[in-house]
Amino acid sequence: MRFPVWLRPVLFILALLALWEIAIDLHPGQLMPGPVAAFAAIGELLQHGLLLKHVVASLFRVTWGFLLACVTAIPLGLVLGWYRRGERAFNPLVQLFRPISPLAWIPIAILWFGIGDLSSIFLIFVGSFFPLLVTAISAVHNIPEVYINAGRNFGLSSVDFFVRVIYPAVVPQLLVGMRITLGIAWLVVVAAEMIAVNSGLGFLIVDARNAGNRYDLVVAGMIVIGVIGLLLDLGMRALERVKSFQWTNQEN
Amino acid sequence: MALPGIAIPDQAAAPKLQVTNLGVVFQGNDKTIAALDNINLEISDGEFVCLVGPSGCGKSTLLNAMGGFLSPTSGSVSIDGELVSGPDSRRILVFQEHGVFPWLTVEGNIGFGLAKLSRSERAQRIAHYVELVQLQGFERSYPSDLSGGMKQRLQVARALAVNPDVLFLDEPFGALDSITRVMMRGELLRIWQAERRTILCVTHDIDEAVQLADRVVVLSSRPARIQNVLTIDIPHPRNISSPRYLTLRDELLKMIGLAYEI
Repeated sequence: MRFPVWLRPVLFILALLALWEIAIDLHPGQLMPGPVAAFAAIGELLQHGLLLKHVVASLFRVTWGFLLACVTAIPLGLVLGWYRRGERAFNPLVQLFRPISPLAWIPIAILWFGIGDLSSIFLIFVGSFFPLLVTAISAVHNIPEVYINAGRNFGLSSVDFFVRVIYPAVVPQLLVGMRITLGIAWLVVVAAEMIAVNSGLGFLIVDARNAGNRYDLVVAGMIVIGVIGLLLDLGMRALERVKSFQWTNQEN
Repeated sequence: MALPGIAIPDQAAAPKLQVTNLGVVFQGNDKTIAALDNINLEISDGEFVCLVGPSGCGKSTLLNAMGGFLSPTSGSVSIDGELVSGPDSRRILVFQEHGVFPWLTVEGNIGFGLAKLSRSERAQRIAHYVELVQLQGFERSYPSDLSGGMKQRLQVARALAVNPDVLFLDEPFGALDSITRVMMRGELLRIWQAERRTILCVTHDIDEAVQLADRVVVLSSRPARIQNVLTIDIPHPRNISSPRYLTLRDELLKMIGLAYEI
């Protein structure tokens, strides 16, 4: 029997869920709630309006942290990528900061911004900034020389050259980098919310455990995080497929 | 049909392009490589000249120096008596492949160098060159939807659209399959006859050179010197099985140092 292509992963997931439920039923310890309990917990959260509240809180922080990182890291990366001297000066610093987990910044974030949205946004910013910077730098390095020569040939000013050759030439690579970085930002927000705030999906998970070991709510939170992460990824992929993604095209 | 704003070149006595004692030496880390040695060349307005020579001899270096992408170590290049000192839209290089901008449509590519024109002038110019290279119906298409031959026609159109004095072609059809290549030769010839630009074309294809050029310049192996210049005195359209054609072709093969019997 043949299933449509889109149906196959759905069926596979359903089968896994069924196996999970059966396994939990056979060993009714308290190691983990089953999927039925987890989805019931999602329903419970929906009923109380809590799910939407936590999701919105998390997405709000990710949006701001990620956008701030985009508007600072990408232009800086493009300039550093083009002017190699600047990159040589900056590179040791970037390589030093890059391996520091954004979570290591949590104490500093709380010291600077206190408990609240600002410190989570800062953590997401820190977590997104360096991957985006490195992406932008290497995207410029990877521009095929023929585009650069073809662009120079038409006698453009530096600004025009940047806007009409460099920028459009790096957009596809930037989009890939942005998609991966958005995934990182989504990882970081959950961690940040476990410590620095009292709303959001990360908070939901910690709170569910602390306030009465509601592991069904913990798993519910994890499922929601996974689904939203998947949707963010799909959204960015859809953007990558747009053929003329916002090419600043003054000709038409 | 000439468009307003496009000057029809008149046959002036002075050469269009003059290369004088041109030398290029590359400074490596531990050695210096002489790429071009004392090149002297005069090309008149509207002439089609092909450059042939062994691979790696410096043909592309010569083209880059003439286009202003590379400053010569010695000697000079001038166009219309004016010294070439950097890239400029008055002389456009057409690259071997991938030279068109993939983020622009056919129209966008042809209009790339026309930002200074008014909207209507630009549209008119684009329409003219879309027609010239026969890409009608593909105006809104992106290069990824075009075949290799169409992309190269698009590159030629983008180059011609800015009304350059000289067109440099760097093995423009080298990446195409042999059937497309033969068709593109005919296309290029038709475009050249319609627009009468000065064309300098690097090729590694002997037939391409003999079929297209008024003169074929044969370069030696590195450092490149001009070894021979062959004038192709056959009017277009050229019969490629005529005795004269075959004689010239054999002569060129001999100049390059290839036996014409394999």
